[in-house]
Amino acid sequence: MYEKNGEKYFVVDGHMHYWNAAPDNWVPGAEQYAKGWIECFHAYMGLGPPETHWTLEHFQKYSEDDLMKDVFEDGHVDVAVFQPTYLKEWYKEGFNTTERNAEMGKHHPGRFVYNTRFDPRDGDEGLKALRQNVDTYGSKGVKLYTAEWNNGSRGYKLSDPGAYRFLEAAQEMGIKNIHVHKGPTIWPLDKDAFDVSDVDHCATDFPDLNFIVEHTGLPRIEDFCFMATQEPNVYAGLAVVIGGLMHARPRFFAKCMGELLFWVGEDKMLFGSDYAIWEPKWQVEGFVDWKMPDSEEYADYPRLGTDGKKKILGLNAAKLYGIDVPAEYQLKNGGTPGAHEVLGGEPEEHAASGA
Amino acid sequence: MTAPATVPARGGDPPDPPGLPNAGPLLAALETVRDPELDEPITSLGFVASCTVSADGDAEVRLRLPTYFCAPNFAYLMVADAYDAVSALPGVHQATVVLEDHFASDAINGGVAAQAGFIASFDGEAVSELHGLRAAFLRKAVMAGTDQVCRPLLAAGADPGGLLELTLGDLPPSASLERLRQRRAELGLPAGDGAPLVIDPATGARVSPDAVPLHLQRARTTRISIEANGGICRGMLRHRYDSSGLGEEEQR
Repeated sequence: MYEKNGEKYFVVDGHMHYWNAAPDNWVPGAEQYAKGWIECFHAYMGLGPPETHWTLEHFQKYSEDDLMKDVFEDGHVDVAVFQPTYLKEWYKEGFNTTERNAEMGKHHPGRFVYNTRFDPRDGDEGLKALRQNVDTYGSKGVKLYTAEWNNGSRGYKLSDPGAYRFLEAAQEMGIKNIHVHKGPTIWPLDKDAFDVSDVDHCATDFPDLNFIVEHTGLPRIEDFCFMATQEPNVYAGLAVVIGGLMHARPRFFAKCMGELLFWVGEDKMLFGSDYAIWEPKWQVEGFVDWKMPDSEEYADYPRLGTDGKKKILGLNAAKLYGIDVPAEYQLKNGGTPGAHEVLGGEPEEHAASGA
Repeated sequence: MTAPATVPARGGDPPDPPGLPNAGPLLAALETVRDPELDEPITSLGFVASCTVSADGDAEVRLRLPTYFCAPNFAYLMVADAYDAVSALPGVHQATVVLEDHFASDAINGGVAAQAGFIASFDGEAVSELHGLRAAFLRKAVMAGTDQVCRPLLAAGADPGGLLELTLGDLPPSASLERLRQRRAELGLPAGDGAPLVIDPATGARVSPDAVPLHLQRARTTRISIEANGGICRGMLRHRYDSSGLGEEEQR
């Protein structure tokens, strides 16, 4: 939780990681990709305040204690959603898998939500693994990285028939939230890999699933906005927008926020620190302090008040994941976030235990 | 071996020895090459690490990008366009363009050197050349450029519907207007003085009065998206390389 000027914020970190990208985990023959990937992530960290930068060595592999301190003790986060990214062609044990996350999280009951993942190119074996993860970890959400390399394939679209098969199966298993992360490659390579029109199709065809587009579709914020404004079940994951712009490019941050508030709205935006790319502390504190600039350039944009910040920092994600929020953190005026009531029923123990 | 005429990545230009081709025209040629996503010259973005030309007319350009994993299709376009721009210079007999530190460097550099095209350079991984991709991003550039020229008019009190009556020739000359004309011309859209200011970049048709407010909103969002990406790319590039590129400029 975070408190400022008498206002209490319940913080759900909707997008964070526990990875091992150190050389001991690099796949022989694919070292250049494993190295390139983590160095690329590390460069993103460079967009945050200098005092929050880590050495590359520390960034490659941080400990459970580091994470608990950075995210919960210092970072104001109440509940964090693990978003796995496998990349097993480059990292022997995977970059950060559902298993690795849960193994760590079981020492800290109530702190984590364990999302899992699938890859439609894995076929029947992949479906089996998905079912097993949902059963074991109680996953309510999946993180999909469409640019993942898999047996010579450079990626997939969510509108591929194979992906629909997985979405249908995931829905039957009780998955509610689909976090979509676009990357630089896809099949075929001549298409724009960051295009989000496949999410548009899925959102229409799976109205009972929520689609959270991570880093707000960046670098295609415009396409994301035009799509999300038409789809009630599409949400903006703010990872990268806050971390990558709020400190480094405050003018563009304000404009991007203005666009998102206009097209998507504060009920459908979710904070995510993208830890360990950026620590949540400066993001949460800076976001609570942030205000749309007053000058003419920003005059047309909606304003974001305290209630809106509460929704974005935690209440929207809490609703999507059925996380119980104590009364003192709820909106004072009784308003509720616009996130879908997806989980239904009584508030459950929000962090499925790894047991 | 003859000393090459070189523009170094930092510091002043050394004078070229008399009689040798000048590296300055190389840089000028590279200024015409744009990052298709960011719609900015690769020079001002800081992507040109070096360019040299020997007494024999062998030109070499080295390019660098913000990350190891920048999208390979856009990277290919920049390398291929740089190759074309440099090859066309008088006095250049052979051009080599090298993309450094990228996961697909070998495929891209080899493919461009062999003039193989994108499909052949990425055997089995692509089904089309990149004309469609380039056109899609030119249309985004036209949208962003529309905001650039319309925003000052709106700020001065113009009614959005009133913009429909304007033609390109009605606007005072500006760099933004010139740029918009160029992008429209590249797409084969009307770009002369009599052409309507607000058009659909997919069809070239005048936007209907009902659709103008939304069209202008979309134009603004497109511009902000592109500019924010440019900001992130510059930040990533600076983290990756601590020297400025040739012709690099701060964000406008």
